[in-house]
Amino acid sequence: MQSIWQSGVLDPQGPIGAAQRLILLDATAIMLAIIIPVILLVLGFAWWFRAGNTRAQYLPTFQYSGPIELVVWSIPALVIMFLGGMAWISSHDLDPPRPIPSKVPSIEIQVVALDWKWLFIYPAEGVASVNQLVVPVGTPLSFRITSATVMNSFFVPQLGSQIYAMAGMVNRLELLADNPGTFQGLSAQYSGAGFSDMRFEVKALPAADFQAWVASTKAGGGTLDPVAYGRLARPSMAVKPQAFGNVTPRLFEAAIQQAVK
Amino acid sequence: MLGKLTWDAIPFNQPIPMAASLMVVVVILAVLGYTFAKGWWPYLWREWITSVDHKRLGIMYAVLALVMLLRGFTDAIMMRSQQAVAAGGHQGYLPPEHYDQIFSAHGTIMIFFVAMPFVIGLMNFVLPLQLGVRDVAFPVLNSISFWLTCSGALLVNMSLMIGSFARTGWLVYPPLSELAFSPDVGVDYYLWSLQISGVGTLMTGINFVTTILKLRAPGMGYMRMPVFCWTALASNLLIVAAFPVLTATLAMLILDRYLGFHFFTNDGGGSAMMFINLIWIWGHPEVYILVLPAFGVYSEVIATFARKPLFGYRSMVAATLGICLLSFMVWLHHFFTMGAGADVNAFFGVMTMVIAVPTGVKVFNWLFTLYGGRVHFASPVLWSLGFICTFVIGGMTGVLLAIPPADFVLHNSLFLVAHFHNVIIGGVLFGAFAGYMYWFPKAFGFQLNERLGKASFWCWLIGFYLAFFPLYALGLMGATRRMQHYDNVQWQPLMLVAMLGALVILTGILLIILQLLVSIRQRAKLVDRTGDPWQGRTLEWSTASPPPAWNFALLPQVQGTDAYWTMKQAGRATARPATPPAYEPLEVPRNTPVGVILAFFSVIAGFALIWHIWWLAIIGLIGLAVTALSHAWSVDREMVIPADEVAAFERARVSGGGS
Repeated sequence: MQSIWQSGVLDPQGPIGAAQRLILLDATAIMLAIIIPVILLVLGFAWWFRAGNTRAQYLPTFQYSGPIELVVWSIPALVIMFLGGMAWISSHDLDPPRPIPSKVPSIEIQVVALDWKWLFIYPAEGVASVNQLVVPVGTPLSFRITSATVMNSFFVPQLGSQIYAMAGMVNRLELLADNPGTFQGLSAQYSGAGFSDMRFEVKALPAADFQAWVASTKAGGGTLDPVAYGRLARPSMAVKPQAFGNVTPRLFEAAIQQAVK
Repeated sequence: MLGKLTWDAIPFNQPIPMAASLMVVVVILAVLGYTFAKGWWPYLWREWITSVDHKRLGIMYAVLALVMLLRGFTDAIMMRSQQAVAAGGHQGYLPPEHYDQIFSAHGTIMIFFVAMPFVIGLMNFVLPLQLGVRDVAFPVLNSISFWLTCSGALLVNMSLMIGSFARTGWLVYPPLSELAFSPDVGVDYYLWSLQISGVGTLMTGINFVTTILKLRAPGMGYMRMPVFCWTALASNLLIVAAFPVLTATLAMLILDRYLGFHFFTNDGGGSAMMFINLIWIWGHPEVYILVLPAFGVYSEVIATFARKPLFGYRSMVAATLGICLLSFMVWLHHFFTMGAGADVNAFFGVMTMVIAVPTGVKVFNWLFTLYGGRVHFASPVLWSLGFICTFVIGGMTGVLLAIPPADFVLHNSLFLVAHFHNVIIGGVLFGAFAGYMYWFPKAFGFQLNERLGKASFWCWLIGFYLAFFPLYALGLMGATRRMQHYDNVQWQPLMLVAMLGALVILTGILLIILQLLVSIRQRAKLVDRTGDPWQGRTLEWSTASPPPAWNFALLPQVQGTDAYWTMKQAGRATARPATPPAYEPLEVPRNTPVGVILAFFSVIAGFALIWHIWWLAIIGLIGLAVTALSHAWSVDREMVIPADEVAAFERARVSGGGS
């Protein structure tokens, strides 16, 4: 059974995802403590007070009881006050752009949703990749996310939060991978015919291996300039991962402005 | 001459839509031909199509909903079977361009042309009877509303054969739905069908709000109204407040697509975020428009079959109005992942959870209505108990999704899909079926076959759990919605279980149809002459089944909640006055074809606008204007039913074994 949950949000590989799983499990447990008794009581009352049960008391005028009313308003109100507090605090703690405290400086990754693939630009490293996201383990990942086309949602279930990619705008998302491994990433917002293949692999590598990947990508060549970007931006489906060793500076800013097409 | 319409619009090269649309055409022609050959046309025209009787309109709404349920469910079966096979490298049998239309059509049809007509149909039939009055406030408007809803449904289904439907999801988010990304007519079919049916829905809302506020039997103060009337009032207030937002939002998208405006485009300063906010400002109240009347049905059914008044009537009313108000303050929870910031997300998350309080109160009140009752397990009760047990689970997952950080990992996943089917099937549809089986004998004078009704319930209940609990799990595994295919073969077994669940639900639907046919055959055996087969508590059970065109020969005098129960307890219902009461001639509205004619021209205009056939659109619009104006100038709109006829009906009813 363990393996079937792998790749999902119940098998988090970073602090954001882990915190979200905890919220899910806690909130579910609290609510189950109410709704399981309610279900049992409904079935129990209905059965005990069935028309044929002569032992059950018939109260044909029972329609109001102050104490019961107080209790039926109080139980949901108290549960919701508790969960509401949890929602308020966790909304702030896990706000997508909130920096993750770490001794390791963060790495910026720019994300562009295209029809129908993902472009990842590493501005400091000067490299880029398509449908493959390579990240260093233990390093806060600062994503800046936009779309060159319709709306998409950038989501790596095992790392945590998703956020929309919208044209002309940038959304910020902070994630972190604790352990090396390969995770699935996807667009969680339907975006047209090629949507189902808008998936990417996330490779979380130890820092040294990540640097080696950057170096080999640089050595591997491939240029991503406005012309190549224009070719890449044309609609295409099920695009194989590829990498670019040479990226025109400020291409991401141009993509936000829709200045490159 | 014909705008964008060419022979290419007919999908000759695509076997599935072609075969489906041919089948639909054949069925429609067969039904028309059969009724024509039988000579039923004058009767149908006179008694149904031109009818302004709220009871007949209610029945026709329910028929529309059931027919559209078959269409929407066909889409569902296709989606489930596609996802059951399209794992790993397999692409399944539906290419994206077809699959994407199917999930868009499924959502659109199920919400706008199944759930809405079903709920509106129940309200139509029940409201005036429960309020103890002879009709709704505006009977002709009621007929127009119904026929405009039919026009919308017809246009959506025409897209199957002529052109294509939207490939954008059921809420046509821009920029995908803009001309730049969806140049064909699919989105236009969506926009015009919803604009036309939306006008009908808005008029229904105005009509019912007026009816409840202004027309009630003597003595029926607000706090004596049956809870179903309260929930209907809340639901229709929401319609009046929310549907203009939908109309305006879709109108802006129409301007973008037809006249080059830039409300929601990527360029020219447009903002798709505005559309998403606006559509959910309508969309969230819409959920409560559907579910509140269903809550009303459960309240009536549970009280009636527990042989007890509803527990906590005032709490129920307060909870209903609380939900009504709160439903406008939660829309942002549909897109916590837009990046609005922690304060905004947290506010809307908390507001969403607050709705769980009045909803929870309702559940407890139903629970204590059962307490001390004598519960008769008729089929409406099964639907109601199935609802409570299922709905609380949907409520729980709803509260989970209302926690913004939890939503960040569940948004748009199959978990979300499971959640809203949990509340819409378990809440709205179960309620609609409970109401259908509860009020059917009132509408037709004979009961439905209980055994088949119960069998259908069990299929729906078990089928629901089989179809949607795997989706909860899949969502947690990272499966997102609207996938035409997926790589992870580990998901496939659960997809197969979901497919099996859909087939069990299909059995439930077939059993509902079978139940109707069998009951019609057995109507002599199932006949109910009392008008009160369930020992009802509210006024609809005090009149004949089916009720006469005028509903009540004498308006009932209401002396408390559960008006009819109070009368029966006091012996007033059965008391025979020494002298026959003095019946008076009654004025009832004359039947009129204005609704169906307006609907005809709106289909013409809608179709022409979809295909850019401007001359035809002008003809359609002129037709609409002329029909509406000529109706406005007509004077002879009412006819009088003589007192003798009313008296004769009542005498026949009493001697026929009635109360």
